Amino acid sequence: MTKTPSDFDIELRMLIEAVYLKYNYDFRDYTGASQKRRVLVAMREMECETVSELQSRVLHEPNGFAQLLQYLTIPVTEMFRDPDYFAAVREHVVPLLRTYPSLKIWVAGCSTGEEVYSLAILLHEEGLLERSIIYATDINPESLDAARRGVFPLERMRLYTENYQKSGGKGAFSDYYTAAYGGALFERFLTENVTFADHSLSTDSVFSETHYVSCRNVLIYFNRRLQDRVLGLFHDSLCHRGFLGLGSKESIDFSSYADRFEPLARRERVFRKVGA
Amino acid sequence: MTPPPSPERQLVAALGKRRIEMVVIGGSAGGVDALVSLLPGLPSSFTPSVACILHVPADRESRLADVFALRAALPVREARDKEPILPGTVYFAGSGYHLSVENDRSFSLSCEAPVQYARPAIDILMESAADVYGDALAGILLTGANYDGADGMCRIRENGGLTIVQDPEEAQASTMPEEAIRRCAPHLVLPLAAIRAVLPLLETP
Repeated sequence: MTKTPSDFDIELRMLIEAVYLKYNYDFRDYTGASQKRRVLVAMREMECETVSELQSRVLHEPNGFAQLLQYLTIPVTEMFRDPDYFAAVREHVVPLLRTYPSLKIWVAGCSTGEEVYSLAILLHEEGLLERSIIYATDINPESLDAARRGVFPLERMRLYTENYQKSGGKGAFSDYYTAAYGGALFERFLTENVTFADHSLSTDSVFSETHYVSCRNVLIYFNRRLQDRVLGLFHDSLCHRGFLGLGSKESIDFSSYADRFEPLARRERVFRKVGA
Repeated sequence: MTPPPSPERQLVAALGKRRIEMVVIGGSAGGVDALVSLLPGLPSSFTPSVACILHVPADRESRLADVFALRAALPVREARDKEPILPGTVYFAGSGYHLSVENDRSFSLSCEAPVQYARPAIDILMESAADVYGDALAGILLTGANYDGADGMCRIRENGGLTIVQDPEEAQASTMPEEAIRRCAPHLVLPLAAIRAVLPLLETP
């Protein structure tokens, strides 16, 4: 039984197609239900009665698309989110990363940067930050700007400190930031070796060989076709036996790459590329 | 004075020509106990898919699927991202993520902001399931102490699905069923025992 698409669904597809044709941002393979909800929020906030009205704003108003983009992407993140993940990285990944003279790490879909700073702190404490290059990529320029600034809300520091401690942090979390500009400004040395860059997992290709890819709570917004593309990018980018970290409820079981990665810490979602 | 029709007759009348392929059950405070008495009412031959959401603290790993697997005749598991929805299977929403139904009848997870302070939110699962299953969907809303689920039940009803709400009189927490009754005039308002009795009839042979 196939249901006829509703008028809303038809207009939504046309909006996403228009965004792709005009701005080359490809949201066509994002999962439908969540995208639909975000467009509804955008319509409410941007005061549009219909998706067509929103589409017209996006096509014809100078700032229309930049506004919509803030709703289409999901900047929900925190530092040391899922502390068990970072603990597993310390325990299982770090000892093997130590064996390389230099490291390349890719944080894909880095949003406003909380994950990047968390990893940088972890690598610093393990003595690996100086020999690492971290590529932090996202499609949202406003998120990337926020990530570069490295100022996070002070009121979040309590949760982040708790997360940091649970993740096996070895120092005092407050040593990594200064209260400034109405927020917590993180130490510059953490991002000295970080390159923040615009990169789209739906349209761009691999840009470097890497040892470890961390991409958490990004794949859930993609349909299976796009998930396959992205896991393919990671597979191509990762060196022999490289590492892949995913979000705590993400799985590769339903992807065509299911047998190309093996679990290193199954519950914490840390995988390793299977040898050729 | 004639006695009111039995729950079974009420259900058959409300069901009409619908052929239910998916049942979504939501609850909050007191919901675990309510489900403990409901789920064993499903026979192993039941073919619609069943998706359940109970609000649980976000920082605790949800063990609901494991708990209920021992009590149900049907296979029970936590719904996973991109998992195709199978008939005759009971799925639970895991903690910390919203659960949605996609057009190709698979599940998806997302971390959007909580709805009515809840993530997973009953509204999100019900609304997305209503958009996909239309009149082949039945929504059941149980006990709870917040407003989550009312929007979802309204959407199910608008899209032609069947709506059943637990009688607030006997619900451990009445806010959730009361709000749904006030907002969307559900087809049936029944005590838990009656909902259990009519569950197997949701499947039309």
